[in-house]
Amino acid sequence: MGLKTFPGGIHPHDFKHFSKNKAIEEIPLPKKVVIPISQHIGAPSKPIVKVGDEVLTGQCIAEPCGFVSIPMHASISGKITKIDKFHHPTGILATGIEITGDEQDRWIELENDENYFDLSIDEMKKRIADAGICGMGGAGFPTHVKLSPPADKPIDTIILNGVECEPYLTADYRIMLERAGDIIAGLKIFMKIVNAKTGIIGIEANKPDAIKMFRKLVKKDKNIKVTGLKLKYPQGAEKQLIYAATKRKVPNKGGLPMEVGVVVQNVGTAIAVYEAVRYKKPLIDRIITVSGKIVKEPKNIKARIGTLYSDLLDFCGGTTEEIGKVISGGPMMGFAIPFLDTPMTKGSSGLLLFNKKEAHKDDESTCLRCARCVDICPMNLVPSLIANSVRYDDFDLAEKYGVMDCMKCGSCAYVCPSHIKLIQWIDIGKIKINEKRSIK
Amino acid sequence: MPDIYAVSASPHLKQRISVPSVMWQVSLALTPALLVGIFFFGIQSLYLTIYAVAAAVITEAVIQKLRKIPITITDGSAVVTGILIAFNINTSSPWWLPVIGSVFAIAIGKQVFGGLGYNIFNPALLGRAFMVASWPTLMTSGWKATSPLSNFFESSINGLKNLPSNVPEVITSATPLGVAKALRDTTQISRDMAETVMNSLSNSDTIQNLFWGNVGGVIGEVSAAALLIGAAYLAYKHIIEWRIPISYIGTVFVLTYIFGGINGLFSASILLPVFHIFSGGLILGAFFMATDMVTSPVTKRGRIVFGMGCGILTVVNRLVGGYQEGVSYSILLMNITVPLIDRFTLPRIFGEVKA
Repeated sequence: MGLKTFPGGIHPHDFKHFSKNKAIEEIPLPKKVVIPISQHIGAPSKPIVKVGDEVLTGQCIAEPCGFVSIPMHASISGKITKIDKFHHPTGILATGIEITGDEQDRWIELENDENYFDLSIDEMKKRIADAGICGMGGAGFPTHVKLSPPADKPIDTIILNGVECEPYLTADYRIMLERAGDIIAGLKIFMKIVNAKTGIIGIEANKPDAIKMFRKLVKKDKNIKVTGLKLKYPQGAEKQLIYAATKRKVPNKGGLPMEVGVVVQNVGTAIAVYEAVRYKKPLIDRIITVSGKIVKEPKNIKARIGTLYSDLLDFCGGTTEEIGKVISGGPMMGFAIPFLDTPMTKGSSGLLLFNKKEAHKDDESTCLRCARCVDICPMNLVPSLIANSVRYDDFDLAEKYGVMDCMKCGSCAYVCPSHIKLIQWIDIGKIKINEKRSIK
Repeated sequence: MPDIYAVSASPHLKQRISVPSVMWQVSLALTPALLVGIFFFGIQSLYLTIYAVAAAVITEAVIQKLRKIPITITDGSAVVTGILIAFNINTSSPWWLPVIGSVFAIAIGKQVFGGLGYNIFNPALLGRAFMVASWPTLMTSGWKATSPLSNFFESSINGLKNLPSNVPEVITSATPLGVAKALRDTTQISRDMAETVMNSLSNSDTIQNLFWGNVGGVIGEVSAAALLIGAAYLAYKHIIEWRIPISYIGTVFVLTYIFGGINGLFSASILLPVFHIFSGGLILGAFFMATDMVTSPVTKRGRIVFGMGCGILTVVNRLVGGYQEGVSYSILLMNITVPLIDRFTLPRIFGEVKA
């Protein structure tokens, strides 16, 4: 079986053994949740409830602002107790809606539309938009927007991203094993909406059982294929996945997959879409991996959006050692967050706990120009030169070197013998250049 | 007040690699060549290497102390420079030669530019250039092997003993490359004679001797085999990369095949390029000096341009220039062009569209 891949990339140890054999467990209803109004790319949603309001599980509590935005829903039933700034998993303070639960989990009314596949495309898209679904792999781009390409950009291929190349994370792996049928149903909905003739499910080679199972399940569907991908980071990055699966290259300088006729969706998103179209169920829960050497019992947890990370960690029995670092997401691209009373969002794929030693970062030393970063950069950039130009405030040069095309996968910083904080420098460059552009 | 945990930019995982680990692995990779040097030239090789390394390390420490910056002698980079300095001298050198070479390499070649990572030239090669300019006789004569295993004229060039007695006198050089050079330049021996000697240079016995190190030369560059073992280790550890050495050696191969013969283009035997590759400092230079991270291009295409440039300059030096060698000056000259090469060989970004 020929495994497909992309040029460049690294081979970090995957650390998935902590949680990969743990079946998904549902965490008991939290007493309190915090729903940030921004959990996605695009305009933050606007709260439509006020403190003191009673809400049902699944009730809309914040509506979208414009097309590239999504609504938010109450993930438990109870009373709105605060609308204020809360810790956000990206490490900042951001507006959120706090709901104190009544422990009864009273739901809005759902449907069960057995003939959901015969719905009109517009109705399907409306249900997806109303359910507040955004990409669940981490970036969080509103799904209904991705499914609405302009007429001159026909889509012929939907790729489902089941790569999960971030070390430690096993949430996608578990849902692929446990909910394969729903994922395929979601894929068929995607294909119908954009009229794509091919569906590809991309899975990394370290999940052979998932590859085998999906191959069996789609045997009868001639237009769906399962592609085994080489174990390499960042195999799950959108452009790299598209290239591996179709040999098409998404144009740089902000080009979108639709320009090469492809839409990529995460496997978790496929389930959310299936539930939204069939049951009109809003996105109020997801699967998240809680892992790390020091976590007493690493788990894959089904939890309501807005559940605090501290509750998730308690559910895993806490830690065996003093915590050095808390990471929201994967270890390569996730955010280190200063506080555990931070809510999980629609894009939260993992919560990782590191001890002091694992959290340690060596000081930067001078660049040796060894070019290891150049050799592995999956975007074919020159990270060391970008970092240097940012360090000396030459942002035009950084732009020329392609800083804006960096997806911050972190491979360069991973291999750097001088421990240069390449992603930090690149981030500064991106921010400064964006500032300059917005002034113009 | 809840606990506050450490924050930092991603990624939160890091490969276990550091500047010291890179440098110590390079030192380790140079060890086989040093051992062969000791085997052929005697224990004096080891002593000279120790003087060179000690001088390099002490110089680095003293200058860093004077500059009031952290002392980084444990990172191994000065050790590598010291070993490479010793590799460029021959065993009959006085003890102070490698010491002065190392002091110059570290002080002028490296620290004046700001230390590791900022130097323009390969410090060891700059040190060698300084030694050659200051003590040309010490650096280029006395290349007689001290081990009875390897008396060059007696064992290395088969059939040379039967030549008329004036040949060794005309060809005064004690190294194979010197012989090759003299043959191109001399008019004192007949064409036929020159050709006979040339053929004996590039016969398989000579090349075998060159490969294993059974020839006259400086401490570190005699045994291609030992150097290649070290290079293979570094390549396996992803510390050096194939582009520079392969393009360098490939260029030398092609050019010496075309231009190396003494009867016009393509008159050389196919073994002559092989002879050129395994003689002199080419293997040492291509795998350990041209690949010096600090002074070579970072872009992939740039590394090929750099290697080819080194190759062209080396062949020009060897065939028509004033030196029999040419590796070290070729690399030094190419070092200057590195920023320019990098600028013109930026990689095509993944999915790049023409603006």
